[in-house]
Amino acid sequence: MHTAWTVRDITRAMLPVLLLLTLVEVGSGLVLGSFEDDLLYYPSLLVLVPVTIGTAGNLGSVLAARLSTAFHLGTLSFSPRDARLAGNAVATVLLAATTFPIIGAGAWGLTALTGTTRLELTTVLLVSVTSGLELAVLAVLVTVVATYAAYRLELDPDDVVIPVVTNTCDVLGVVVLYLSVRLFV
Amino acid sequence: MSVREEAVDAYREALPALSASLVGGLLAGVVLGGMRAELGGVEGLLVLVPALLATRGNVYGSLGARIATALHQGFVEPSVGLADERLRAAVAASLANGLLASLFAATAVFAVLTLLGGSPSLPSLLGIAFVAGLLSGVALTVVVISVVFAGYRRGYDPDTLVGPLVTTTGDVFGVLFLLIAVRIVVGLGGG
Repeated sequence: MHTAWTVRDITRAMLPVLLLLTLVEVGSGLVLGSFEDDLLYYPSLLVLVPVTIGTAGNLGSVLAARLSTAFHLGTLSFSPRDARLAGNAVATVLLAATTFPIIGAGAWGLTALTGTTRLELTTVLLVSVTSGLELAVLAVLVTVVATYAAYRLELDPDDVVIPVVTNTCDVLGVVVLYLSVRLFV
Repeated sequence: MSVREEAVDAYREALPALSASLVGGLLAGVVLGGMRAELGGVEGLLVLVPALLATRGNVYGSLGARIATALHQGFVEPSVGLADERLRAAVAASLANGLLASLFAATAVFAVLTLLGGSPSLPSLLGIAFVAGLLSGVALTVVVISVVFAGYRRGYDPDTLVGPLVTTTGDVFGVLFLLIAVRIVVGLGGG
């Protein structure tokens, strides 16, 4: 179950997944590239990029780390009635509802401090909060599916789940942000 | 525990680290916002950004998670530092894999953009990916090991620390060292 701690074994466990995920991230870069003009013209949107995809990835990775340890310790069951699973899912959505309004206001405020925003505060808030809530729900789905898949495939969740979840959330973060920008800006 | 108790527990444990990472993410965004000239000047740089930032999170997140689980199981002591042979192997593997993935990302961005009819510079993208990967890798190794060990000794759950810690410092260091790498590579005439 556990990978031995040698450069060779860690690389063998990590590198194939890492290269695959890198390609996925290049895909998310291409989505970003497709609205590069908007991002360069509206600095508050560019400021939103790392924090939105980072927070989405964090929501997923906190959940994944908790589920992964519960799994290692043998205290997790994959039933929708499992209180640990449900409680963690609810907490993820609440965390998004708490953080994304601050993210939107912060991105707008910092841009206003360092230059011109070219967008209303309400527009940036609308983009960040809508993106955040969608991302929280997506993060829960992706994390639960990935942890369950690792369990079924007998892979170490530490090696597989967190990277898969964080990267999927990154890509979803860029796509959701792109859609929100198309919708509200 | 009930669903409500589990939710309150998870929320309380995650909020401080998530708030710290939010501040880090905004800082990274401000640096990225200040890089608009470079982003407009080096073709493919913006496309490369998610892959480079994610590589930091992937490689050093996995390093942190590995150490966290080992601490939970009592299989690594939180005070050995780099004297421990297994820990040294884990660090060496992280640096090597991080650099390989960064160079791979630069090559992939070059290939895709060239196929799409662009004309990015392969030496520039490779140079930027290598310098940024090396500098941020060393910085992240130091941060991950010291914070996870210090947190564990003070009674924090290393699992809750690792994810946000790595994405925060990964984003800030990632963007900061990316800016430094771009300046170095463009300064050397590669841009």
